[in-house]
Amino acid sequence: MKPILECYGLSKTYGNGRWALSNLNLSLERGQIVGLLGPNGSGKTTLIKLINDLLVPTEGGVQIDGNLPGVETKKIVSYLPERTYLTPSWKVQDLITYFGDFYENFRRDRAEEMLEALGISLHARLRTLSKGTREKVQLVMVMSRDAQLYILDEPIGGVDPAARDYILNTILSNYNENATILLSTHLISDIENILDRVIFLQNGQVVLNASVDEVRMEQKKSVDMLFREVFRC
Amino acid sequence: MTWVLDNNMPIYLQLMRRIQQDIISGRYGPGDKLPSVRELAVEAAVNPNTMQKALSELERNGLVYSQRTSGRFITEDEELLKELKKEQAARYLEEFIENMHNLGLKDDEIRSLFEDAVKGDKEE
Repeated sequence: MKPILECYGLSKTYGNGRWALSNLNLSLERGQIVGLLGPNGSGKTTLIKLINDLLVPTEGGVQIDGNLPGVETKKIVSYLPERTYLTPSWKVQDLITYFGDFYENFRRDRAEEMLEALGISLHARLRTLSKGTREKVQLVMVMSRDAQLYILDEPIGGVDPAARDYILNTILSNYNENATILLSTHLISDIENILDRVIFLQNGQVVLNASVDEVRMEQKKSVDMLFREVFRC
Repeated sequence: MTWVLDNNMPIYLQLMRRIQQDIISGRYGPGDKLPSVRELAVEAAVNPNTMQKALSELERNGLVYSQRTSGRFITEDEELLKELKKEQAARYLEEFIENMHNLGLKDDEIRSLFEDAVKGDKEE
């Protein structure tokens, strides 16, 4: 089976003389939860946008399940952007209908079940919800698809610790064993235990790609502590 | 409830210890069926593959065994369980004695303090 994600010689510049990504090579296997970690400006979001066909590589390329980013790959990639794109006047219910119309693999019952557990009413208008609650709604939509690759850009940034636990729990109990989750975050210690692997990005390049327990065994420290050391300001 | 895990040790080792602890303390009895990997992973809030690894290691130690279709079970080998309890007790004792030595206490002082503590415990 092909790796779910492959980046080869992937480079991106925004034309300002700086390379956001430079010759990045990366291959992700199926059935893993992978943390994409790096300081601000290290290229995390650029990489994520390239995978989702929102940017075009300057050099090199990306393949998802053997295909270039496009219509086919969007069917199997479920993407949570770092910013919300929801229409404020919509009700939660409208969003469910929208996702159901848009994606064949959207599971309406799963979405409704999670929203109920989070105490979010289907009749609430998105504009009346707090920022954290809107984030939860958006994550529920993304995790309710039977995707092969989930890409979550800062999924737990704006929510309180209790909701964070629920969200991690949601991720753990809802993802399919053959699916891969790539998630970027700064809250490393909160998610470290649910990760298989971590990828450290620095200046647009991969500087570490290892399993969490490899890091702990070899470095005798957590990924969070290693991160603080590697990226000390 | 999320399991309390510390930072410096590989996660699968901590999961192994925690499950061993649950076996020793009787939360799981001999021959009991263990929850599924997914259930345990959610309970511990850890990656399912890491939980899988911990369970495979416990299987290698003979503490749990798997039946192809029906899941994983705790060993019924009472000797092995007794052995495990002894090992764990030895670890605690070693730690206790080391802490006492770090306080600068001599062996006979430790002994008498220990005697008093055990007596006090009984009287309560």
